Amino acid sequence: MNNFTNLSQIHLDVLKEIGNIGAGNAATSLSNLINRSVSMSVPIVNIVSFDEMMLEVGGKDEVQAAVFVRATGDIPGNMFFMISPEEADLFAQLMIGDESQTVSNDDPMAVSAFLELGNILTGSYLRALSDFTNLEVVQSVPNVAIDMVGAMLTQGLIEISTVSDQAIMIETILHDLDGIEREIKGHFFLLPNPESYEIIFNALGVSE
Amino acid sequence: MNQTLDVVKVGIADLNIARHPHTIMTAGLGSCVGLILYDDLKEVAGLVHVMLPDSSMARGKSYKQGKFADTGIKSLIDLLEAEGIRSSRLKAKMAGGAQMFNLSNGSDMMKIGQRNIEAVKEQLKKYRIPIVAEDVGGHKGRTIEFLIDQSLLNVRTVKEGVTQI
Repeated sequence: MNNFTNLSQIHLDVLKEIGNIGAGNAATSLSNLINRSVSMSVPIVNIVSFDEMMLEVGGKDEVQAAVFVRATGDIPGNMFFMISPEEADLFAQLMIGDESQTVSNDDPMAVSAFLELGNILTGSYLRALSDFTNLEVVQSVPNVAIDMVGAMLTQGLIEISTVSDQAIMIETILHDLDGIEREIKGHFFLLPNPESYEIIFNALGVSE
Repeated sequence: MNQTLDVVKVGIADLNIARHPHTIMTAGLGSCVGLILYDDLKEVAGLVHVMLPDSSMARGKSYKQGKFADTGIKSLIDLLEAEGIRSSRLKAKMAGGAQMFNLSNGSDMMKIGQRNIEAVKEQLKKYRIPIVAEDVGGHKGRTIEFLIDQSLLNVRTVKEGVTQI
């Protein structure tokens, strides 16, 4: 699986289904958490250069709020949930019911609410992945940062970069909250380590 | 940042060179290290966006030379020499090597920023290139742009704005 050139359409479809099931589960969790309806886009699975991946969230310079978790167990990898800092504030304020606290200003209550949000969302995504594949997925303690997209996403590309100059990006976007005027966009990025793909495909009976 | 003139943009794991009046930049450095090698008399500078410390980590046969500190710095020196710049004239400025997320039980892979800094410095020592200025480590992303005629490196972070080293 060195340069992902031997991936067929069926493999890409399987990865798309993972993005679908994972983010669908996460959208339900988010919906329950903030008591509003949340929808999601059709997942995008692309084999992209590292630079191209950053463009999906506005480029390497763009500032986003991110929750980063590492997956261990049968299919090691990295995962991000990213939204704009303003949206992170909005979610955190909905959760704690206090509009004076913001994630952007490092207010502890807001930061911990956003961290918990990211924890729940990535957790439900990965749980769905685990149920779907019947493989063990263990989630690390989540980490939060508000910084440049390029600086944060490369942390999830370290393992991949030892093998390839490209990454398989499994991206799903959450959006459209009822009752809030502007559109909210949250990106999930699932970045399995290179050796995890074969395990996923084997588990789902679509190995080469 | 200086937007008035053409800017040579260097991507992740890439390298390139530029001559004044152009500037050369790379965006969103986290654990990666952006290294500038420059000749202040000839007003030429090169930039490599190093992602990993050593090419021995490569598990594939082919890779971008700029990805690793050892292959990246060698390629950049070769490129500068091809432009008539002697390596004995080169000076260095560097930024990056941050740890963006604090993972409690982080593996070595997670401390990659520090390892990148050390690996770049080791290579510079090997080629006897002096480090004139550096802004490395910490927990913040950096975008850097080198002003070739002034030999100044603009380092921009989200919280602190632009500083010059």
